[in-house]
Amino acid sequence: MIFNDNLPIYTQIMNLIKKRVVAGELKGGDKLPSVRELSTELKVNPNTIQRSYQELEREELVFTQRGMGTFVTEDKEIIKELKNNMASNVVKGFITDMRSLGFSPEEIIELISEKAREAK
Amino acid sequence: MEYIIEIKGLTKSYLNKKALNNISLNIEKGKVVGILGPNGSGKTTLIKILTGILRESKGEVLIDGNKPGVATKAIVSYLPDRNFLYSWMNVQDAINFYKDFYRDFDENKAYELLDFMKLDRNMKINALSKGMTEKLNLTLVLSRNAKLYVLDEPIAGVDPVARDQILDAIIKNYNEDSTMLITTHLVRDMENIFDDVVFLREGEVNLQGNAEALREERNMQIDDLYKEIFGE
Repeated sequence: MIFNDNLPIYTQIMNLIKKRVVAGELKGGDKLPSVRELSTELKVNPNTIQRSYQELEREELVFTQRGMGTFVTEDKEIIKELKNNMASNVVKGFITDMRSLGFSPEEIIELISEKAREAK
Repeated sequence: MEYIIEIKGLTKSYLNKKALNNISLNIEKGKVVGILGPNGSGKTTLIKILTGILRESKGEVLIDGNKPGVATKAIVSYLPDRNFLYSWMNVQDAINFYKDFYRDFDENKAYELLDFMKLDRNMKINALSKGMTEKLNLTLVLSRNAKLYVLDEPIAGVDPVARDQILDAIIKNYNEDSTMLITTHLVRDMENIFDDVVFLREGEVNLQGNAEALREERNMQIDDLYKEIFGE
């Protein structure tokens, strides 16, 4: 796997796992792949994967059970909050892009409403 | 912190040209370290000194506390940048050859890796493609239970499928008790497997550090950093 963002690899792997959780591919209580498995799958140094898991644990999105592995939190609030945060980031990025194209907030809202209606 | 390699003031001159100029470098145990630089930056010279093939002109090199020689050759497993097997051999002969030479050679591991690499024991060395030869050489080198693996350009000139197999084999073989030193100029393909990176430029250490810390600090991938250092 090629990582393209200008972010450390462990952050990009954290984002990858967060996306899988938010999309429901990984559910509360699901076991994450082992460090070895993910390391081989992504062709990334095992220490980097370990770091991602540690950081995710600090953010309380996952927890580790000794000898068993790493699991997604069963706390629905944490997952909901993550979902809202990620959505908020996407929207912020979008607004920044639109402003740089010269759109006013009102024009942005109008355009979104129009496109959302079309998508229905 | 424990170091497997300690280099102090290392200089290597060929007649009046300096291939390495006053290099000082410590490599930690249990790390995967990338030595990055274009052709002619001194990567292979450095490796040949570490593996005891060349002698330094000045300075000191210690591997696990010893100068390169008989003692260090027993704990260092070296993949040269070209095929090192005799053309009359077949794959099985090559394995027997390694088994005879190295006490730390793990025959079962070799057969497992051969399967993984999809190599047949009866194939003749001179009938192997470049990618297959590289995979066989790497199989032999990784089948030793060495303290230090030194891989000189392990993916140069092989196709993408063989390259992935080689990367997989390196990652699978990684363990905390051994260290891997890998030279490459194909930074994009390999940067994700490194803990630490060392940039060699015209025989000198231009920059070194933890790969993730460098990405964070410079806001770019190691490949982009490489282009910045070695570009115009």
